Amino acid sequence: MNAITLMVVRRLGQLIPVALVATFVVFSLVFLMPGDPAIIMAGEYATPERIAEIRKIHGFDQPMLVQYLTWLWKAVHFDLGTSLYSSEEVAQLIVDRLPHTILLVVYALVLGSIVGIPLGIAAATRQGSTLDKLITTVASLGVAIPNFWLGIILVTMFALSWHVFPATGAVSFGENPFEAIYYATLPAIALSVGVVAVLARQVRSALLEVLGSQYIRTLRAKGLGSGAILWKHGLRNVAVTMLTIAGLQVNRLFSSAVILEAVFAVPGVGNLISYSALNKDIPVVQGIALMLVVVVILTNLLVDVLNAILDPRVAAST
Amino acid sequence: MTDTHMTIPAATTAPARSLPAPNRFRFWAWLRSDKRAAISLAYLTLLVLAALLAPYIAPYPPNEQNLLDLLMPPSQAHWLGTDDLGRDTLSRLLYGAHNALYAAFLAVGIGVTIGVPVGVLIGFVGGWVDELMSRVIDGILAFPPLVLAVAVTGALGIGLTNAMIAVGFAFAPVLARTMRAQTLVVKNALYVEAAQGFGASRMHLILRHILPNAIQPVIVEVTLMLAVALLAEAGLSFLSLGVQPPESSWGGMLARAYHYVEVAPAQMYAPGLAILFTALAFNALGESIRVLLDPTVKRG
Repeated sequence: MNAITLMVVRRLGQLIPVALVATFVVFSLVFLMPGDPAIIMAGEYATPERIAEIRKIHGFDQPMLVQYLTWLWKAVHFDLGTSLYSSEEVAQLIVDRLPHTILLVVYALVLGSIVGIPLGIAAATRQGSTLDKLITTVASLGVAIPNFWLGIILVTMFALSWHVFPATGAVSFGENPFEAIYYATLPAIALSVGVVAVLARQVRSALLEVLGSQYIRTLRAKGLGSGAILWKHGLRNVAVTMLTIAGLQVNRLFSSAVILEAVFAVPGVGNLISYSALNKDIPVVQGIALMLVVVVILTNLLVDVLNAILDPRVAAST
Repeated sequence: MTDTHMTIPAATTAPARSLPAPNRFRFWAWLRSDKRAAISLAYLTLLVLAALLAPYIAPYPPNEQNLLDLLMPPSQAHWLGTDDLGRDTLSRLLYGAHNALYAAFLAVGIGVTIGVPVGVLIGFVGGWVDELMSRVIDGILAFPPLVLAVAVTGALGIGLTNAMIAVGFAFAPVLARTMRAQTLVVKNALYVEAAQGFGASRMHLILRHILPNAIQPVIVEVTLMLAVALLAEAGLSFLSLGVQPPESSWGGMLARAYHYVEVAPAQMYAPGLAILFTALAFNALGESIRVLLDPTVKRG
């Protein structure tokens, strides 16, 4: 346990510069806008007084580094400003919507693992068979298919033709977990396809490598059955790979969720960020980008810790 | 001094030029041995031609509305039917190919232009520059790529070119990281040290020795990125952040088709399949080049 605590401390130390860069990128979005940010943020019919006021509130008259530190200080205290359109607190908007997105991403990750990992195992244990080729082909389709197109197809089939699932909308998990999962099923399936494809591929190649290694050959020579080899030795050794790949997928899932939430009219942060980007509502865009990058960084840390618990060599090496 | 500088680089490169090339790239042999790559390349060549020749081969002007023929199923007059404004789907698909390819190459081009030089430089220089820039790379890579692209597009202003600048900005750190790692490997190779010993300038080392030998994985990555960029364009245009109406894009066509999916379900197949096939082709080509460049990699 000691080695793991040490690793967490060391990883946290490495994460600080990463977090600083990521927050700086979010902060500097304002400066990418063509023209004076104060004028843009003041809206179309703003008086010069209002523009001056906004310049003062946001500190646009200060040096950039001071502006950044002030912004960061506020952000750390969950003060992300207000929406330029609805005048609502950005932090509140995010708190209301983030659960919908998290539900979709977690649901898709679970679905993707349940389907993808067994597919990878099946392909690896029957290398070269028709099943292996079929799984490999399906995996390359899964990487190339546009998720939102798949989402549309699922809607037409399962919602409009067969009426098995609702076409669009979402229910809050806190209000009614079962309804929430029911509503999230179609978008989660569409989201999970990429995870299935990547996991099936990576588990297959990682498992093939382990099964071809020296010590597995020794175990086989000693007369151990292939089932025991697979479950006791093979999978144990690819567990770290699986977890790492699954962790990396979180990043991709948030990306895909931005589009899929639009397809399924899910009131999550993905839908809100694209809507806000269309309307140049920069504080909301910044707030959501910041929140998601923090979630991704923390997920990576969690994956590292879990890997260290699963395999003590990981803790020793980082 | 000037004398040595003029003669020595020439002397160091001469042997490299006269070296026998046992694994010289044979284009047709490659395509014969890899059918998937051949099919993908043929498809992409046709697509590029279709995109370039769209003004000549499209049966109708892409934005021509025909309010008498709304949401028509495929017919003799309109092979792929018409959209909700009576515009010919096949024509819009061909013009959309132009935007899709332009977008993919623009985004990847921007990623390469920023990522490759940065990667080589920080790998070559090392020290605190490398430390600092590597943290910057990690920081940008922490973002979900499409979230970053949406955010940057929102700030720059919506439109295809801005959207692809944003996607290219998300690609750059990926390429920089690969290039840096490769440069670290190559810069300690014996031939680089030899060239250095002969007094080759830093610029000469980077351009003539490191870059050509470190670029191979980037070529693979770039081909695979074209698929990612294509999907990103389709997605951003679906969200109306990319290609703006009335210009046609495959993602935008899907967005319109989705509105009328109950009336004209056939409209959503052609653009979706176009995106899928093109992404598949880029991926297959990338995988094939990977095998070609590194024979130890197994297909799969």
